[in-house]
Amino acid sequence: MAMIISRAGAPARRASLSVSEPRLVRIALTTTALIFLLFFLGLPLFAVFFYALNKGVGVYLASIADRYTLSAIFKTLLTASIAVPLNVAFGIAAAWAIARFDFHGKNILTTMIDLPFAVSPVIAGMIFVLLFGSQGIFGAWLTSHDIKIIFATPGIILATTFVTFPIVARELIPAMQASGSEEEEAALSLGASGWQAFWRVTIPNVKWALLYGVIICNARAMGEFGAVSVVSGSIRGKTVTMPLWVEILYNEYNFAGAFAVASLLTLLALVTILAKRLIAAPAISNEISDERAESIEAKLGEAA
Amino acid sequence: MSIEIRNITKTFGTFKALDNVSLEIKTGELIALLGRSGSGKTTLLRVLGGLEIPDSGQVLFHGEEATDRSARQRQVGFVFQHYALFRHMTVFENVAFGLRVRPRNVRPNEEQIRKRVRELLNLVQLDWVADRYASQLSGGQRQRIALARALAVEPRILLLDEPFGALDAKVRRDLRQWLKRLHDDLHITTVFVTHDQEEALELGNRVVLFHEGRVEQIGTPDEVYNHPATPFVFEFLGNVNLFHGRVENGRLRFGAEPINGNGATPKSKVYVRPHLLEVSNSPAGQDSFAATVRQINSAGPLVKLELVTEWGDPVSAEISHDRFRALDLQPRARVYLIPKENRVFVYQI
Repeated sequence: MAMIISRAGAPARRASLSVSEPRLVRIALTTTALIFLLFFLGLPLFAVFFYALNKGVGVYLASIADRYTLSAIFKTLLTASIAVPLNVAFGIAAAWAIARFDFHGKNILTTMIDLPFAVSPVIAGMIFVLLFGSQGIFGAWLTSHDIKIIFATPGIILATTFVTFPIVARELIPAMQASGSEEEEAALSLGASGWQAFWRVTIPNVKWALLYGVIICNARAMGEFGAVSVVSGSIRGKTVTMPLWVEILYNEYNFAGAFAVASLLTLLALVTILAKRLIAAPAISNEISDERAESIEAKLGEAA
Repeated sequence: MSIEIRNITKTFGTFKALDNVSLEIKTGELIALLGRSGSGKTTLLRVLGGLEIPDSGQVLFHGEEATDRSARQRQVGFVFQHYALFRHMTVFENVAFGLRVRPRNVRPNEEQIRKRVRELLNLVQLDWVADRYASQLSGGQRQRIALARALAVEPRILLLDEPFGALDAKVRRDLRQWLKRLHDDLHITTVFVTHDQEEALELGNRVVLFHEGRVEQIGTPDEVYNHPATPFVFEFLGNVNLFHGRVENGRLRFGAEPINGNGATPKSKVYVRPHLLEVSNSPAGQDSFAATVRQINSAGPLVKLELVTEWGDPVSAEISHDRFRALDLQPRARVYLIPKENRVFVYQI
């Protein structure tokens, strides 16, 4: 709450110094923004923690320590711990290919990466049911080999990976394009192997974008509801993740339990925003110092 | 280390960057690859560095086939136009990079690396910026760090891409002198790319002129400047007046319409440098021709005259201040121009 207000407050302070709008307009605009934030972010945020703790800390802790809740937390952590690394690997590979090489179908790849963002998560879930469900295309083969994907953990992981697919790549592509390939070429000519150039030059150059992508990807992986809901079958203690568990508890009128789990997800979101800000700060200040150096050089050049 | 380039061709899509280029570079030479942007000079440098694979042709280092060697196997120091310093590393780590990535059995220990980096930073006179990042350095400093980094791997060949291109004029002149001294001390075979003819002529032992992917001329600065092999070289190096004329009975005729269908009088392009045109108040011999003074610029070591010939071509001439006073020239004055004949170049076209 405090953090949200400070974020809105900072630009308003700056505006009062540099912009010459009448005082009344400024106050009106700032107030509108703050009221909007209060109703649409502050109040819900407050409500989550209020209802979670409404019946006392004891009930709160008890609902978290519940067997099924712990199972849901474990499932969510498991899903994220597989989906996020997969997407990091894919994101780096895709960004590398798109930023460094020209090839046929590059435009198609760039467009396709965004597909998971474009389709509704429910449809994404349906796709996997159609592919791997018992009536699906691979259903018979999977059944005969005793592999269970739909209504099981692999399905949840697949659906989550699909939905969060574009995030890391989207963060990395502009970063890699901006850093160019000259430094990698320099590394190679200095005797580095491709592997050394990758770990010592390419990755450090995009590390902030990568970390940023990982954090957002993780938040999205843990919070995914729609696609997971379709493929999981919601088997208590087996295929229920935290967002699904919140819904189940809520539908059973167990508000204290539902909001207790919801508060955990909310905390995750707050930590994510905080981490994002901490990461964004050094990344932006780096860019500025680079730009400044270049503009100084440009001026020197002009003077000459 | 000597370099031999044999019939290198390289195309990008439909663009022919290098067209059957051959070149020999002797051990310890300082070679300038000179040409406009897009003439293929940088592509050749990248082929030498192993950063670009030629479509056909060979590169030999010291007589050994090196065409298929990768960049890391070539032991070549490459200095990029925009330096390509590793931005997340300090200056010290940038210079140490080439030593740190060596295979374990030939990697120097930490103390040796420290010593070597110190030596190199002293060599480029920048030991005091070891802990800084590239973004905190000026352009000239970055350039020298990039050079120190390239020298750290004890390259047998040094390749420099527009080494002074992004620097202002004063720093560029200083660095040029410094690089020349460095080359004299280290004596590494060095190839550098430039579009600045002054830089190429001043720094290179030999100059290679590129035009549209082909080598136009290879020679010492004196040879290419005073004995240009092609019209392109003449036009590229220094100011020049171009006349269309013809040869008649072994003599030049300016301005007159070429006689068609008569093989005895081929059309010619005649190039005369402005300082090789004598200016006189009266006609002198058969080669002189009349012109009218348009503009006079006497600020500088020579007086620059802009004139127009009687057949309408603009001409530039440069004469000494003494001569200028003796002639007592005014705008619109009618004068006679005499090319100093032994410096007139005639190309049949």
